[in-house]
Amino acid sequence: MPFDASRFRTRTGVLLITGLLFLLLLPPVSSVMNESYLVSFFSRILIYALAAVSLDLIIGYGGMVSLGHAAFFGIGAYGVGFLTFHFQESTLFIFGFEGTDNALISWPFAIVFSAALAAIIGALSLRTSGIYFIMITLAFSQMFYYLFVSLEAYGGDDGLSLWSRNRLGPLDISNDTVFYYVCLVSLLVFLFISWRLVHSRFGRVVRGTRENELRMQTLGYATYRYKLVCFTIAGAGAGLAGALLANQNEFVSPGLMHWTHSGEILVMVLLGGMGTLFGPVLGAMAFLLMEEVLAAWTEHWMVFLGPFLIIVVLFAKKGLYGLLTGERHE
Amino acid sequence: MKKKIAGIAGGFLLALCGAVSAEPVKIGMVTTLSTKAGYLGEDIRDGFKLAIEQGAGKLGGVPVELMVDDDGRKPGKGKQIADRYMKRDKVKIMTGIVFSNVAMAVVPKVVRSDVVYISPNAGPSALAGKGCHENYFNVAWQNDNLSEAAAKHVAENGFKNVYMLAPNYPAGKDAISGFKRFYKGKIAGEVYTKLGQSDYAGELAVLRAAKPDAVLFFLPGGMGINFIKQYAQAGLNTQIPLFGPAFSFDERLLKAVGDAAVGVVNGSQWTHDLDNDANKAFVASFKKAYGRTPTLYASQGFDAANLIGSALKAVNGDLSDLAAFRNAVRKAEFDSVRGAFKFGHNQHPVQDLYVREVVKTADGKTTNRTLNKVSENHVDAYASQCKM
Amino acid sequence: MLLFIEQILNGLQLGIMLFLMSAGLTLIFGIMRIINLAHGSFYMIGAYVAATVASYTGSFLLGLLAALPAAALSGMLVELIVFRKLYNRDHLDQVLATFGLILFFNELTRIIWGRQPLFMDVPSWLSHTVELIPGIPYPSYRLAIIFVGIMVALLLYLLFTRTRLGMQIRAGAANREMIAALGVNIKLLNTLVFGLGTLLAGLAGIMAGPILAVEAGMGESILILTFVVIVIGGIGSIKGAMIAAILVGLVDTLGGFLLPSLLRLFLPAATADGAGMSLASMSVYILMAVILIWKPRGLFPVQG
Repeated sequence: MPFDASRFRTRTGVLLITGLLFLLLLPPVSSVMNESYLVSFFSRILIYALAAVSLDLIIGYGGMVSLGHAAFFGIGAYGVGFLTFHFQESTLFIFGFEGTDNALISWPFAIVFSAALAAIIGALSLRTSGIYFIMITLAFSQMFYYLFVSLEAYGGDDGLSLWSRNRLGPLDISNDTVFYYVCLVSLLVFLFISWRLVHSRFGRVVRGTRENELRMQTLGYATYRYKLVCFTIAGAGAGLAGALLANQNEFVSPGLMHWTHSGEILVMVLLGGMGTLFGPVLGAMAFLLMEEVLAAWTEHWMVFLGPFLIIVVLFAKKGLYGLLTGERHE
Repeated sequence: MKKKIAGIAGGFLLALCGAVSAEPVKIGMVTTLSTKAGYLGEDIRDGFKLAIEQGAGKLGGVPVELMVDDDGRKPGKGKQIADRYMKRDKVKIMTGIVFSNVAMAVVPKVVRSDVVYISPNAGPSALAGKGCHENYFNVAWQNDNLSEAAAKHVAENGFKNVYMLAPNYPAGKDAISGFKRFYKGKIAGEVYTKLGQSDYAGELAVLRAAKPDAVLFFLPGGMGINFIKQYAQAGLNTQIPLFGPAFSFDERLLKAVGDAAVGVVNGSQWTHDLDNDANKAFVASFKKAYGRTPTLYASQGFDAANLIGSALKAVNGDLSDLAAFRNAVRKAEFDSVRGAFKFGHNQHPVQDLYVREVVKTADGKTTNRTLNKVSENHVDAYASQCKM
Repeated sequence: MLLFIEQILNGLQLGIMLFLMSAGLTLIFGIMRIINLAHGSFYMIGAYVAATVASYTGSFLLGLLAALPAAALSGMLVELIVFRKLYNRDHLDQVLATFGLILFFNELTRIIWGRQPLFMDVPSWLSHTVELIPGIPYPSYRLAIIFVGIMVALLLYLLFTRTRLGMQIRAGAANREMIAALGVNIKLLNTLVFGLGTLLAGLAGIMAGPILAVEAGMGESILILTFVVIVIGGIGSIKGAMIAAILVGLVDTLGGFLLPSLLRLFLPAATADGAGMSLASMSVYILMAVILIWKPRGLFPVQG
């Protein structure tokens, strides 16, 4: 689209800057408005946005539709949950390691934990494609769901209650505003990494694989490896989101890994516009706001949410991001 | 644009919740209205509302405003709603949670933030024992209580070889330990089933082969419907009697089970036929208001409301001194529909437990009929672990 | 030993139940290449309508007669309104739209029928038990399910191999443009196939009604297992669905039965039971993962 590409770019730029300003100014504005609840509500939105962006990496760019992404989200949350639990109980975790409430240890642990599992699950799942890939990722996430339901030592289905949020260096994240900015920075960092990634050679190979895997293979690319790396990075992102959610809720439970939760994150990606990276942020915001507003309005809110999703699919093919920027996704 | 969307949404929320001025006492109810278990939350809410309606918008003579939100049985969602009640609405009294896993996520944080939480249903052992708190009251039961009543009945009626069955999750494990606390005889088998399982043919085959003389089971909601129906279809109901807590035998669930449940004896703290004035009035007005027989959940919601009413009356609707309000709640000076009611030192009920039998009425409906009292002033097993 | 045989029978019966559900789903996917997460909703519609009619009239058969067209017609209606626009979309759009349908239908049943589960009884002429294996009475209703499942498999086989409609459907699956060029009304064909698929889902719901709880959301409890079945079998293959359904039924039933006792050989009883139970809950998913790693397109891959 050579003729008015610049106009699109301006519109996108305006949208992104407005969005960023909005997110940066939200805590002071809401404290002036005496609406401190908005800060913790938007922390939640930012966390889900992070998870949705990581899912967008594999769906929108890698063409790998996963219905098991919540597993990594949940694993990340349990990564923090395990360490904090053992810290509270003053017992040993595995291999003689002690628990800790230090975020500088437990968050990286959660990320590595999720990424490692994503690497294993990805390595096995990527043998399949299309709907078989959807189903095998779902199978793995259900396995983890049932595994954690039966982990009695960690509360099983009841989950684990954390006494307080982790310690993060000099930052007091038990303060909602501080925690909000930690979430915002995490999201921005992950967005930046993802943006660099998809616009690098690596990203072009992954996107090329989505378009035509065979062609990329004949060009000499080991597509399987590229896809696996992409899947693992997405797993790490979801793990970070999980670690943040564990702190936000001060609670973790196996319900986080249920397939319907994967479905919700998927909905956020599609609602926002897949393959756009920023779209899923909008999607997460729209989905959670809608849930909150509709639920306050009528207890039968799902009877409206359902058709709304269908309408989005049928008529807003590029998602909210496409609607607002007028840009098509790549 | 983002800002605009959020602004509109935020304004909308604000309009919904913040429009009323500070006069009535706000009560936040986090409960489960969607999912398969939605009818439990519906009954708790309807019971609670009935009490407010009887007082014409007041509880204990103090105007109240009830806010209800659906947690979808998700702990995270419940937490989010509770957070909103505390921060936006400055709620000081909360209630409503149906499920233990939601309670475990919400309650510890809420009670530490100077909110009095009155549980109308979930009574996880952790909150009755080590995790008890001065701001946490349970007006229903500790989770194991109703299982204990059923097991005590089984033990007292000469059954000697009992088979036990529950889903593989914490509440299931609690139920089985509740069974074992009061039935000390031989155990023919102890089986944990998958959470949310629908087909029990495999378990029933093993059960039949074990030849027990009674079965104690805990399978709440739809799992219970499936099990009881399939138990009857396999012809086992005429051979081996079934016993369990009331969670598989509430009045609405019985409608879905039909004749398959007739004759089953189950443990409960309340039944619609309990003979006391408060109960008779409650059952009659609930039927009139909603056109159905109240379940135990409805009775718990009603009791929770009246308990709050009694305490509000004592402090004249003034919640600025939370300790005074708490002390008033602790006295439990209200007419519980289950008759005598008082709190133990862990602020869980010390109450009578009954067994009741599922019977068929003249017009072909199935309902519960109280058989006898199995336990008087029953104290839960975790009270001693509570240091308060 | 007798117990083991009985468990195999139970596994078979669960398998047949799953086949009833899977047949419609795999049919719809095979012909129209569409992922329908809302398949369970038609199962639920079948069960709710049958339960309602049966409780008013007291007749299971009338319930069946009312619920079958209800499931088929609601399926065709949804096809006309929603699915028709989804055929050329990618799987992701279909997943999202049908996820929306699930939310809608579940909440709609709650609004219409209320939140509590409905009652549906076994017809009195099937409420007895039969001693197939000496000493072990087996519910005759479950035998009826096995019978119905086998009949459905037979009818589908005849439909696809012996009738003109069946051939058109198969041809349509293989090459949509070709069949349209030959003057077959492909739109009508799609609607019919969709109706047939949801009719089968409704039938499964009706048959499940008397043994399971009829409640909003009942479709999702069985939906995932159904997807497991059609994926293991190879999507679009009726034969694959049949074999995979029985395999899944057997693994699910025998897993819960055998795994704890197997683990007791190595572990203390309490640990063995706990671990056995968790493994049993996961067994079906492990089965699916292993089969897909071994055969990435299912046991009986369909060309195309």
